[in-house]
Amino acid sequence: MGAADAEIPVLEADGVSKRFPGVLALDEVSFALRPGEVHALVGENGAGKSTLIKVFTGAHRPDGGRVLVEGRPVAFGSPLEARRAGISAVHQEVGLVPDMSVARNLLLGREPRTRLGLIDLPRLHAEAERTLAELGVRADVRAPLRTLGVGTRQMVALARAVSVRARVVIMDEPTSSLEPREVETLFGVVRELRDRGISTVYVSHRLDELYQLCDRVTVLRDGRVAHTGPLAELDRLRLISLMLGRDVAEVRAGGVTRFSGEHAAAAEQPVLEARGLTRRHVLNGVSVSVRPGEVVGLGGLLGAGRSETAKAIVGALPLDEGEVTVAGTTLRRRRPVGAAIRAGVSLLPEDRKAEGIVPGLSVRENIALAALPRLARAGLVSEARIDALVETFMRRLRIKASSPHQRVDELSGGNQQKVLLARWLAMNPRILLLDEPTRGIDVGAKAEVQALVDELARDGLGVLLISSDLEELVEGSDRVVVLRDGTVAGQLGGGEVTEDRIMAVIAGDGAGDPSGEERHG
Amino acid sequence: MTDPTAITTDGATGRPAPSAGPSSPSADAGAAARRERLGHLLQHHGASLVLLGLAVFGTVAFDAFATGANLRAIVVSSSFLAIVALGMTFVIISGGIDLSVGSLFVLGGVLAAYGSRAGLLAALALPLAVCGAIGLLQGVLIGRLGMAPFIVTLAGLLGVRGLMLAVSDEGATTYLVEDRAFASLGQDGPFGVTWPVWITVALAAAGVVLLQRTGFGQNVYAVGGNEEAASLMGVPVVRTKILVYLLSGLLAGLAGALNAARLSSGVTILGIGLELDAIAAVVIGGTLLTGGVGGVTGTMAGVLLLGVIQNLINQVGNLTSAVQQVVSGAFLVLVVVAQRVLSRTQRLT
Repeated sequence: MGAADAEIPVLEADGVSKRFPGVLALDEVSFALRPGEVHALVGENGAGKSTLIKVFTGAHRPDGGRVLVEGRPVAFGSPLEARRAGISAVHQEVGLVPDMSVARNLLLGREPRTRLGLIDLPRLHAEAERTLAELGVRADVRAPLRTLGVGTRQMVALARAVSVRARVVIMDEPTSSLEPREVETLFGVVRELRDRGISTVYVSHRLDELYQLCDRVTVLRDGRVAHTGPLAELDRLRLISLMLGRDVAEVRAGGVTRFSGEHAAAAEQPVLEARGLTRRHVLNGVSVSVRPGEVVGLGGLLGAGRSETAKAIVGALPLDEGEVTVAGTTLRRRRPVGAAIRAGVSLLPEDRKAEGIVPGLSVRENIALAALPRLARAGLVSEARIDALVETFMRRLRIKASSPHQRVDELSGGNQQKVLLARWLAMNPRILLLDEPTRGIDVGAKAEVQALVDELARDGLGVLLISSDLEELVEGSDRVVVLRDGTVAGQLGGGEVTEDRIMAVIAGDGAGDPSGEERHG
Repeated sequence: MTDPTAITTDGATGRPAPSAGPSSPSADAGAAARRERLGHLLQHHGASLVLLGLAVFGTVAFDAFATGANLRAIVVSSSFLAIVALGMTFVIISGGIDLSVGSLFVLGGVLAAYGSRAGLLAALALPLAVCGAIGLLQGVLIGRLGMAPFIVTLAGLLGVRGLMLAVSDEGATTYLVEDRAFASLGQDGPFGVTWPVWITVALAAAGVVLLQRTGFGQNVYAVGGNEEAASLMGVPVVRTKILVYLLSGLLAGLAGALNAARLSSGVTILGIGLELDAIAAVVIGGTLLTGGVGGVTGTMAGVLLLGVIQNLINQVGNLTSAVQQVVSGAFLVLVVVAQRVLSRTQRLT
């Protein structure tokens, strides 16, 4: 590594733009990776991280701007071309062949041969062992890859990247399912790579890890670079405010959301109580309670366990430990979603397309879907009763569709969201879990959905609101539970519910009261 | 069967028996590792173990089973299926399926008998060329155009059957093998075992080497195990897929030709449905239909197992051959259930 080398970025994006139908995923993003540095790439959902990574690894072609490798412009036609140029992405799931042995994975395509041109197994194993040992990794190279832990598998992927002379390693959330001990080993390997002059792009939501490992950071927000510079100069609060797009100093008095503020959350018993929800690598003892007529916000960064908490409550995420009580009745957690629905818990999922609407069906069918068993008598469903139900909700939620028989995928995002909401409201729920209810819908529809949430809470529904939009969270919630790395980092109530306080809790400044949960237990 | 195997596994690795202490994490890990090894063993050698068991049973139960003539009959009649199943093994490990091999087998036989009028060379070259070309075409459609193997080779099954009927005037013309040297290839051989058996053994050995010790073999496993990863690691995915279907076509044609030599004629009705027997043998041999896992030795054990089952049922005497199919079918179900259970114990993570 000469001093002159350090000036030329090993990998660079120069004003890269990428447009998808309806979204500008990357808007003239410039990013420079110096030789031998570990560069953190952070941002919330939809900030453009994955798109940028895919541009670097050849999975997407940029619509504008240039990608340069060691100062020379490149145009990758395929992931393989990017690999050949020395850019390796290390994913958790893809990248290796699980049923082949560690050694064969490591040396696939470059196996040592005997004089007859056949693969030399003893040398194959010896070479694989040596390659792993150089990185301080111990594993049985003869064993099928899938018998290894996730962490070791990633080390093998890293070792392969290094042995094919990668100059850049891109790691996307490498630690999300690792044990602490494995994380340490992984960090050791990344530092080892750095010492060899290999650069790493490190994507993670775990701030602790970023500060331990990374030299510089680039923050993406809404497809633009919000900040780039040395990580050490940036304190946590500042980093979070950059990610969330909220100025620390900026105190907002009046919001533009349609939430009307406090609800009459009486000192009633909680209608929903989740206690100690635990699932390895995902949730670690999360407790949340919601009283009738109360909107409880669930805050935190992407990957902190917000959606997972909601899924765990309805039983869609298997738990290792923990229990969920609805109106005093404990749900057996082994039971799938049905038990939660019957108990009156409904989840409006984050990903409408994948987990919610059934695109080919009509508005009417989508609304009636979950309520069918309830409307049925002796297994038969009265068409008239469905019509009445659909009619009621289309009017009440002001769903704009040409008729109940219009296909739901022809509606706007906001109206699709309302259809989903109608589906769950048709179940007469006592608790509504809303996961990012206003993401991806236009401003007008957003305000309507927000007003609706308010209205529902006033009608006595308990609402758990998950939102990455801090403003929405602050103005919509009576209380906010902040999650960090799968645990409750703090709980804010009443006047404490401000954007600043939430960010402070996310940053781990101890502003929240982690034991606050006990008061409601 | 479970108990002796477990002991063997322990003995083979020289691992001490789990200590008497309470179930500490390491003991749990040890148990998991043992389960893993047991699963691995059953997956890869289950067919061989059952084959051994059945052979012992046959020897004890039937005087006529363990005679030289009977054993020869089993291996001779199994050899043609074995050659077809060898090609099928490569296809299935690569994550595909080849339904056309039964039709190619029959076509290969007819073409070999037809070609035998021009001598031994033509009798072998004609079926290999035609069946290889058809395999290659299927491979190109699957590999390069990304069409579903099931559909392409189903079309192959139907199309090749039609081609065979056209060549044989809708089955009215049966070509007899006229070349003495070619007929002898199917009927004679050293040590009283006919050439097709020796050819099968040689091909199977070559298949093991090809699969385990060459770049092509690694590519087949990689493509079947994780196609996306394989392509990222620089494996020529398209070429690998084309080659496995070419190989499968060639082997099916060769097996058909050898069968014609044995029967001295290009029979148009034998071999219909052979593709299903071949798939059954491959799956019974421990190769996963999902691809990425399997091997040649398992397939050979699977073929022999089907042959032994048929033979044992013949030994009973008063049972029809229909019973043999029921037993084979039941066995296949058992194997698939076992694989399902095993893959669950193996894929804990």
